[in-house]
Formats: sequence, C-alpha cells, structure tokens
Amino acid sequence: MIESLLKADKAELTQSTKKGAPVVLSTRLRLARNLVDVPFPERANNSQRTDVMTRCADQIGELTQMKHGAFFDIAGLSDLERQVLVERHLISRELCESQSGSGVFINKDQTCSIMINEEDHLRIQFLKTGFSLRSVWKQINRFDSSLENGLDLAFSSEFGYLTACPTNLGTGLRASVMLHLPGLVISEHMDKVIRAVNQLGITVRGLFGEGSDATGHVFQISNQQTLGESEGEIMTRLGSVFKTIIDHEINARFKYIEKNRARLLDQIGRAFGALQNAHVINSNEAMNLLSFMRLAVDLEMLPEVNRSDVDRLFIECQPGHIQYAAGEGIEPDARDLCRADILREEFLRLPALDFDKVNKLV
Amino acid sequence: MRFSFAILAGTDILISMAENLNCSYCNKPATVHLTQIVNNKIIKVDLCESCAQAKGVTDSEGYSLTDLLSKTNLSPEKGEPQITCPDCELSTADFRRTGRLGCASCYQNFVSLLKPVLEDMHAGTAHKGKIPYLALSRQTSMAKLNSLENALHRAISEEAYEDAARFRDEIQAYKEHVESEAVR
Repeated sequence: MIESLLKADKAELTQSTKKGAPVVLSTRLRLARNLVDVPFPERANNSQRTDVMTRCADQIGELTQMKHGAFFDIAGLSDLERQVLVERHLISRELCESQSGSGVFINKDQTCSIMINEEDHLRIQFLKTGFSLRSVWKQINRFDSSLENGLDLAFSSEFGYLTACPTNLGTGLRASVMLHLPGLVISEHMDKVIRAVNQLGITVRGLFGEGSDATGHVFQISNQQTLGESEGEIMTRLGSVFKTIIDHEINARFKYIEKNRARLLDQIGRAFGALQNAHVINSNEAMNLLSFMRLAVDLEMLPEVNRSDVDRLFIECQPGHIQYAAGEGIEPDARDLCRADILREEFLRLPALDFDKVNKLV
Repeated sequence: MRFSFAILAGTDILISMAENLNCSYCNKPATVHLTQIVNNKIIKVDLCESCAQAKGVTDSEGYSLTDLLSKTNLSPEKGEPQITCPDCELSTADFRRTGRLGCASCYQNFVSLLKPVLEDMHAGTAHKGKIPYLALSRQTSMAKLNSLENALHRAISEEAYEDAARFRDEIQAYKEHVESEAVR
C-alpha cells in the first residue's frame, strides 16, 4: 500500500533538491487539535472514532494542500508498513498501536502528514529540510486555519486549544529541529548541553537510540511548554537555543580538529572504508558511519552534492526500510547483509575522500 | 551542595547545579532535582536530602520517576474532590492514573485539580497563542440561530404569530449577515 510513497521522486526528507546545511537536518512543527463535541480518542467508542475519522477525512481531503496526497487507514497497513512510516517520521508509534478508526493523510512531497485519532483527534505535522521555523509555521498555520472552515475545534479562551494530555494544552504546538552534533558528542560536551537547554524549557532527545548516546549523533531539540506563551515566543526561544547549540557544535569541531586532527581523519577514513567494503552492518553501526560521512561533507572532504545521499541513507538504513526493500520476513542477520550491500553500492560510486581540505583548515 | 539528576529514558543520569526550590513533599529546601522523559513527556520533581533518601532516589539503579509519581503525586490525595465528568465519565482517579483528560468539557469540570498541574508544567496558565476566530464565530452564530429558532417554534406553538414573524425575520437577517461575513 505504501509503495507509492517510497517510490515518490520528490519526498522532502529522502530526495530533497534543496541545498542541505551542516549541523541542521530538518525542522518540524506539530499542532494538536480536537473536535469540540466528541470525547478524545482514548475515551471515544468505536462509532465516535469512526465519526471523527469521517468528518476529518472529508474536510482534509478537500484541501488543496492534500491534492495528490494519500490516505492510509492504519488498520489496513501491515506492521512493516507502519514501521516504515514511523522511520520516515510520517506517523508516530502511538498511532501504530492505536485501535481501529485511526488513519493518516500524507501529501505528495511528504512535507505534511495529518494523523487522525492518535492521542488527539488531529495531529498536524509539517516538516522541511534545513532550519526554517518561520516558513514552516506559515504553512501549518494556513493549513490549520483552513480546517476551521468545516470543523468545530475544542478551544477555550482561558486554556487555548484543548488536548487529551495537559502537556500539549494551549497552542498545541511542538516545534522541533533535528541536529547532527558529532563535535559535541566526540568532545564529550553533549551532557552539559542537554542540562543547560533543559533549564531553558527545551528538551533534547536522541533521534536514533536514546539519551545522550544517540547513535548517528542526531538529536532533536523541542519546546517542553505549550501554554502561557504564544507560538511566536515558543519559536523564538527554540530558535535562539538552536543558534547557541550550532555555535557550540562548530566550536567543538574546530577544537577537536586542532587537537586531534590525525585521529579525526582516521575515524572518517575508516568509516568510509567500512561503508565501501563491509559486508555485515547493523543499523547502529550504519548510523555512526553515516554520521562521519555527513561530517566529511561539512569538512568538504566529500562533495556537497553527496550530502542528500547521506541524509537519505540515514532513513533508508533503518531496519524497517531495509526489510521492506528486501521483501517481508527476512531475519535481522540477513538485514545486516542487505544493509551492507546497499551501502557498498552507494559509497563505491563516491569520489575518494579529499584529506587535503582538512589540512588547509588548520 | 545541589544536584540535578536528569534521567533520560531511564538510562543517563546527569548532575548539575540548579536553582533554589523547595521539596515537593516536605517544603524544606530541595537539593535533588529530577527530570525524566517518559513517553516524550518531561516530568520534574524537587526533593530535599532526607526525602530523596527515603524515596530511594539517590539509588539511581533501576529508579523510575513514574513510579515515584504514581505512588504519590498522581494518586488521589486525601480530601481531594471526587469529580466525574458528566460528558465522558472520566473520574478523578482516572485522571490521576493516566494524567490525561477525556473530553473538552473535562477542562471545566477538573479545573480545580488541573490548575496546580498546569502551573508546574507550563510557562503560564493562560493561553497566549492563536485563536480560531472562524470556528468560534461559527459556534457563536450556531448558538444564536438555535436560540432564535427555538423562540420561533415556541411562539408558533403558543400562537403568538406577531412574535413568530419577528423571529422569522431576525433569523433571515442573521443568516444573510453570516453569509455576507463568510464571503468577505
């Protein structure tokens, strides 16, 4: 069922034609919304959930943003198909495990997905490669406003948009930026950064794996609070934390190169060698090797045009994607062989690493 | 000395200097501050040294903040109002157990229990963001039309035809007004 999504030629996260950037991977905004006259999904009965699904689907299907988009009933998807959508950040784990009457709309270029009957009746998500809180906000705000045409949303003048969990109350906005922070991890400054930004009301999570040992050195920063601040204030705070983290990351990289140049070049060189030659790679190892390749692009050791290949492989090397590509039912061990095959083919096509670029840096 | 433990996904423990806060249990100055991310939600607790020890918090092995909260903060307090939402039948116990509400009207019905939760959780307790003017004005319009139509039916059944004519004209005028607003 999801074949068309995977074969799409303009998917934002895997085939973006826009120029990528060092450190930042993508920006994502999410709005939680509920209909006024039906209990929240967890307390709604089957017929109420179906009613919400029908009303929302009718309304969303008519919107121009959803032209050429696709709708998936979660009950109609296999476990593997659900996992692939989770790995592409198009649906949440909670939606995967939901009862009947849940679904998701995904637009053509996969920049927008709307989950129905997740924790809230509606979870609207817009994402874009690179850092662009303001422009993504414009899009999601317009979309949200156009939903008002046909749906009566649960809203109170005191508490704002009403949500199933009070942690999302008010704006219902979760703004997040995905960051690639190898400098801070390698120099062992990541824990300090996490502590500091936590105190500013910003959460840091590893994207792959958990905690500060996130594989692939990929982290997501997002706002904790949704009530008592406007959307603009939330995004301004996240934006300023984002800029500070970038400064620290760049600093950490320069310091590391200055002190440990040979060691870093060795790590990047070995990662490249492994990707070109290894025959068994699990997904954790793949994330870590790819992280060094993204760093290599940042340091101009690999051409800029290959950045999008690395970013695409971060997603395509996830277990669900490997299994889906190989056909259903392969064992984890066989998956590691398939992953290595894909990576070898991709990396043997790339030019040799340009180590001189780094020598000129310091 | 002040410590802040941030337990991320139950694995990593961080210690840091933190701001002055009082113990969530006995109000003595707190020296241990815990933050844990559970199901992508941040939970925070401040404890004084003796409460931290009594609750076994200083033993970080296998310690979970959710357990602590479910045994204390989230479980019904003595004398707290036992509310049941008339619309979705969510009870105080349900709310304490799940931390979630059942429907839009729960926010009115559970407001006394919610306020302290919201104060701890958010930057403020009043909404400062976007307002769905279109949906709200439609809801107001619908309410107004409904009350006019009810009045019209009542007038007809009471054979008060002059009133009925007036209500009918008002309904017509209001519908035209709403439509002209919509076009604009």
